[in-house]
Amino acid sequence: MNSIKKIFRKISLKLILVVSVTAILIIGVYSYFNIKSQSDVLLGEVERHANQLSETVKNSTRYEMLLNQREHIHEIINTIGNDPAINDIRILNKEGKIIYSTQKEDIGRMLDKRAESCYACHAENKPLEKLPMKERTRVFRAHPDSSRILGIINPIYNEKSCYEADCHVHPQSAKVLGVLDVTISLDEVDKQIQQNEMRELIFAVIAISAVGLIIGMFVKRWVDGPVKELVKATDQVAAGNLNYVIKNLSSDELGTLGKSFNNMIKKLDEINQQLYQSTKMASLGQLAAGVAHEINNPLTGVLTYSSYLLKRTKDNPQIQEDLSVIVREALRSREIVKGLLDFSRQSTPKKSLIDINEIINRAIAVVNNQLKINKTNLVKRFDGTISKITADANQIQQVFVNLFVNAIDAIGQSGGTITVQTSQISLSPKGITQIKNAVCPKMHSLIDAEVKIGGMPSLLLKIKSNGNEGFVSLDPIYGGRRHNLRIAHNNLTRRSGINLTCPVCDFSLIEKNNKCPDCGGPIYKIQIPNQGYLEGCASFQDDWQRWGWIDSAGERKFVEINISDTGRGIPPENLNKIFEPFFTTKGQHGTGLGLSVIWGIIDNHNGTISVQSEIGVGTTFSIRIPKSDSDRSVK
Amino acid sequence: MKDSKNILIIDDEQVVINSISKIAEEEGFSFDSVNDASLALKKISTTDFDLIICDIMLPEMDGFQFLSKLNSKRIDTPVMMTTGYSTIENAVKSLYSGAIEFIPKPFTVDEMTSVISRGMKYSILMKSKKAHDDSIILVPCPSKYFRLGYSGWMNQEPDGSVSIGATDFFIKTLEQIRKIELFDINEVLTQAAPSAKFETEDDLTHQLYAVISGIIIAKNNRLLEEPELLEKDPYFDGWIYRLIPTALDYEMKLLIPCSSDRA
Repeated sequence: MNSIKKIFRKISLKLILVVSVTAILIIGVYSYFNIKSQSDVLLGEVERHANQLSETVKNSTRYEMLLNQREHIHEIINTIGNDPAINDIRILNKEGKIIYSTQKEDIGRMLDKRAESCYACHAENKPLEKLPMKERTRVFRAHPDSSRILGIINPIYNEKSCYEADCHVHPQSAKVLGVLDVTISLDEVDKQIQQNEMRELIFAVIAISAVGLIIGMFVKRWVDGPVKELVKATDQVAAGNLNYVIKNLSSDELGTLGKSFNNMIKKLDEINQQLYQSTKMASLGQLAAGVAHEINNPLTGVLTYSSYLLKRTKDNPQIQEDLSVIVREALRSREIVKGLLDFSRQSTPKKSLIDINEIINRAIAVVNNQLKINKTNLVKRFDGTISKITADANQIQQVFVNLFVNAIDAIGQSGGTITVQTSQISLSPKGITQIKNAVCPKMHSLIDAEVKIGGMPSLLLKIKSNGNEGFVSLDPIYGGRRHNLRIAHNNLTRRSGINLTCPVCDFSLIEKNNKCPDCGGPIYKIQIPNQGYLEGCASFQDDWQRWGWIDSAGERKFVEINISDTGRGIPPENLNKIFEPFFTTKGQHGTGLGLSVIWGIIDNHNGTISVQSEIGVGTTFSIRIPKSDSDRSVK
Repeated sequence: MKDSKNILIIDDEQVVINSISKIAEEEGFSFDSVNDASLALKKISTTDFDLIICDIMLPEMDGFQFLSKLNSKRIDTPVMMTTGYSTIENAVKSLYSGAIEFIPKPFTVDEMTSVISRGMKYSILMKSKKAHDDSIILVPCPSKYFRLGYSGWMNQEPDGSVSIGATDFFIKTLEQIRKIELFDINEVLTQAAPSAKFETEDDLTHQLYAVISGIIIAKNNRLLEEPELLEKDPYFDGWIYRLIPTALDYEMKLLIPCSSDRA
């Protein structure tokens, strides 16, 4: 019962039903009129034929009538009446007595004026003398079961030769002498009409089936298929598969629906990912809190007792040395746990002057055992002349330990080589220096964490041009070109009308006395607290920017560290994801925190980290940390 | 007459109690310890303490609830908070709730010793103040200033920057300052994270927490030459840093206006 209901709920069936009913209506009406006109034509033909026959009988018996040779008339009527199509030929006299008939038993029988042969003329009280052709025919059935019969009456009028004939049967006063009545069976005609009706019916059935079939097919192809696909997609999404994409989209409305469905799922997936990330973050935070609390208590015992012993054993250098290792490592554990807690926050590096080579050596000491187990050879190519850099020793050590562990993992059990190279390089500040702080003359911060360019907070300014107002987000990299202009009628060619202001206080940032040396347009001037001013072309026609304070420092010196391994390499599609939080290829074994933490630490040191990799050949991480230029470092 | 002891240690971990008591013992202070806050309240009703060292994460009543309980009972024994969950938030909340110090776990002997030393001195100062001892003059911070706990102050300068320093109260809990270590210009300070180190004549090192987060744009180099400036004029010439604050509006809510001290 339910399945039947289901079928009736189907859109294709509904459509077929509606179209079929319409077709039945049209074909029915058409067939009705068609069959009616056909049977009218057929009946007319039979009528004409019957009339002709009637005339023939009348004419061929005329002579015998005049001679009153009744035997001959009988003979003629019988001969003609032998035709199977002819039912009956009768001649009645004026009184209604059958004088001649092809049915012998009828002869001499009197017919009432009400009989159907007489009715045409005697319907009214006064008999008609003339009868039009149309009304001389009648169609009737002898019994309700028998076939239809067409009868035609032909009045025999009195004429001169009749009343002057020798027999003197008819007086001159009589107008009508009698009636010739011919009846013809309509069996054949009815069969023909029935056949036609049958044909129309078959045509209707075929036509409706064809219409249904075609509609069904196309509905299946254009509606059912896509709808099923959509239903499948929604089921998949409901089951949690947000990667499902509807393929083979058509260009019709259902295709558009599919497209927007795909788009919706994509957006849903993104939101879901973000939600997942933040949930992961939150649970990680809880985990960190638990771990920190649990570890810090026993660590308190280790640290206080060891530092207590260290104070108490100042006269025993041997024990002092061992104890100082315990204290140092306990302090390092404290920093690690703290790092775990600070992970989601802006953790501040505790910077001091450090020798990068020494830090790398310390990191190597940590992973030495793992190197041996994995038969991995570590090659050091240190530049011994490197001067010290300002950095957090613990954090930088953590970076290298992480990178070494990753390299060892990538190499695997079969063994390989890790190469660590340190060197000093100089780079122009343009294109590498991030503007991390900027204020208007009224000390409102222009840094906008909402709009990020290249992953860094941009500088937000209000822009006015030709009466239009909007905002511009400046690329936070000095000399960068990825500015984001958001103003209606982005037509800044007319330089005179441009004004850039602080989005908080609307104070103008345009420097009136200077012009852009490249295009002659207006320039803006933004204060970088304690680090001079940033100037740039306000018409955004060219990329001119000047930051005198940074430029005057000349090229910036960096320490570059390259760590190469001969491991399996990183697939190209993963290369730009590896620094994202929680990206991992190690499944359950990795935490997915390593490289994003490394990125965060290097970023906190105003440095950069990049990666190059080839499958099967190996991976190289390049880290650049600005040297100890505390008076010129950029925050 | 109530019993009297120097320090009450509240912690649910025996090893932490042992560690702190070891240090207290070494410094010659008498002490007592309990495993939860309600026991501590009972203990306080029978014994006078100079100083309470209390863990934040405790079973049932936590450290903050304990603090407000003390407050409602008008018990003014100074409390120092400690926790293994040593976040900035916990530190700031502790100081805002009335704790005089916040010591993250784990700590070294030196760190704990210097905090206990300050705590004991604080206790003595408070008692003297209550007794209207005229030989002790505490200079409160100017009324438009704000302070983090009792130790550090901040003041908004007209140019939008913020100056920070140490309160007279904090300086008076230290012995003669021998050496001051400061961060460099451009380094970033985080609220309730260490901002300066003071080495005192009793061989202790004291940390001063940053009152507010920000980028250092100037530091008072005069202090390095003459640390006594801090004592002479803690609120003006004795300033420590000038900062560009990074989250002023939010962090100001966690500070106590100095005007409230003058009621």
